Amino acid sequence: MRRYVVLISLLTLLIGLTVWITNLEWIKEGVYKPFTWGDILNCTRTHLEMVLIAELIAISIGVPLGILVTRPGLKKLATPVIGGANVGQSIPSLAVIAIMAPILGFGLQSAIVALFIYGLLPVVRNSYAGINNIDPAIVEAARGMGMTKGQIARKIELPLALPVIMTGIRISTVITVGTAELAVLVGGAGLGRITLTGVFSLQPLTILQGAAPTAALAIILGFILERIERRMTSRGLRVKAEMS
Amino acid sequence: MIKLDKVTKVYPDGTEAVKEVSLEVGKGELCILLGPSGCGKTTTMKMINRLLPISGGQIYINGLDNTKMDDNELRRNMGYAIQQIGLFPNMTVGQNIETVPELKGWPKAERRRRAEELLELMGMDPNEFMDEYPNELSGGQCQRVGVARALGADPPILLMDEPFGAIDTITRVRLQDEFLKIQQEIKKTIIFVTHDIYEAIKMADKIALMKEGQLVQYDTPANLLYRPKNEFVENFVGTDRALKGLQLIRVKEVMTSSPPRVKSDEKVGAAREQMEREGIDWLVVVNDDGKFAGWVDKADLGRGDRVRSIMGHSVMTTTVNTVLNEALSLMLSYGLENLAIVTEDNRLQGVVNFGVIRKALTELTQRRQSE
Repeated sequence: MRRYVVLISLLTLLIGLTVWITNLEWIKEGVYKPFTWGDILNCTRTHLEMVLIAELIAISIGVPLGILVTRPGLKKLATPVIGGANVGQSIPSLAVIAIMAPILGFGLQSAIVALFIYGLLPVVRNSYAGINNIDPAIVEAARGMGMTKGQIARKIELPLALPVIMTGIRISTVITVGTAELAVLVGGAGLGRITLTGVFSLQPLTILQGAAPTAALAIILGFILERIERRMTSRGLRVKAEMS
Repeated sequence: MIKLDKVTKVYPDGTEAVKEVSLEVGKGELCILLGPSGCGKTTTMKMINRLLPISGGQIYINGLDNTKMDDNELRRNMGYAIQQIGLFPNMTVGQNIETVPELKGWPKAERRRRAEELLELMGMDPNEFMDEYPNELSGGQCQRVGVARALGADPPILLMDEPFGAIDTITRVRLQDEFLKIQQEIKKTIIFVTHDIYEAIKMADKIALMKEGQLVQYDTPANLLYRPKNEFVENFVGTDRALKGLQLIRVKEVMTSSPPRVKSDEKVGAAREQMEREGIDWLVVVNDDGKFAGWVDKADLGRGDRVRSIMGHSVMTTTVNTVLNEALSLMLSYGLENLAIVTEDNRLQGVVNFGVIRKALTELTQRRQSE
């Protein structure tokens, strides 16, 4: 209950801030062309689109990849894959995005590829950990009872790993919403257009006009994904999490 | 039913975990693989359901070489219960128990009926527990569900790897007793792994004592205790062989079955007369319906006029299937001279005291030595 109060106050604050700044009369009379409601909605939509596309690619590659390297035959690949993803994450996001422009040219595609690469790690790492941390006794019991490999994966391993995998997706999405602010540097769009305009023209209120909706977006997406995560978690796993 | 013929297990790194173990388990027998940790007992068991591939020798199930069978088919016809229990935490108790029936394609209604039946067999109310999740159960309840799951599709063979290992002593003893009672009904062929010699002596028809991968002695519990094949067996059995022998005797074999008793609403005078008549200084107190109520001691006779007002309310009782070792342990821990033996609905069946236990032990030792 307390979490909801914090969440809603924070959202009200962020959205209220955006509304207040956008409606300020004197900003419209300033030296530069101010951002209107239309701009903000457009930028939010593009921002969301970039995040969702990059995230969908990260999930469809990251989840299978993380799970595959837990399989007996491919275990040797776990260290390089997880290590590689770790290194990727340690490169500053600005660098990852910037390097895409010379490779793929300026435009939305460069932004999306950079965001996908940057969002991949939490998805891969959590998919790997989710499967790898299952109590071996449970898998052995399943084997001893005559389940096939496919049945073990489908009925035991995936349901048990799902909460951890979903957490990875949620973390990755929230991070990507933030990183997407920089997409505008390589010819992408999104709320970064507003924020960075504010930065370069030294207008703190304009910075907020872009930053506040970005934060609100991250909070809302995080909240939705958390609800989905809870819904997908078996009650048998949920009670335990609440008790510990 | 199960025959191991020179079964050997060599790991890729060259360690010989099991060396030419041969033994035969008859239908309906409970065979315990016993030994210190690392002796190869679990490895031996896992080769029976082929969780581990065999390196040499053969294992026959009903005369058929188990390497000629389909792995999963083989395992679905052998119940499997392990120490860590390994219940599937994402499934309810019912779904856990229904696992193998479902793999075998039983219809849903039949699976559910079987799960209800097994929960009842384990002394758990199906209405209460069927839809619970494993993390909502106590350790003892989890173990019970683990055994119920192993019995799911009514397999003729059960493999149990320390199934009562991870729980406190009191619960373990109770689960052992319950399981022995169930086994008398279901008569499964069981391979049971443990390192606990008390558990082995109490439960086994036959014990296979292993050491460093080799089978040292394969014998009945009594022979293992009283006719150890070599020094290792003797040391493993230990110097308190007499105490362990008590695991072989059940209360019903030695108890005084019609102990001197008095009704709780009798006058104290009547109790005094009875004690003098029988030359003893205690009586069991029962209620009108024959249920056990407590004890009355000669020293307390002067303290009131009705038996009810002077009797001691000892609630500690046990049943006829308890082994003497546990009965003795109860008497020592609760400071009892006499232990009341009651039915499940608390009706008095008999009494056990130190004298009776000593006599039983002397007879057992003499009989073993004269054989």
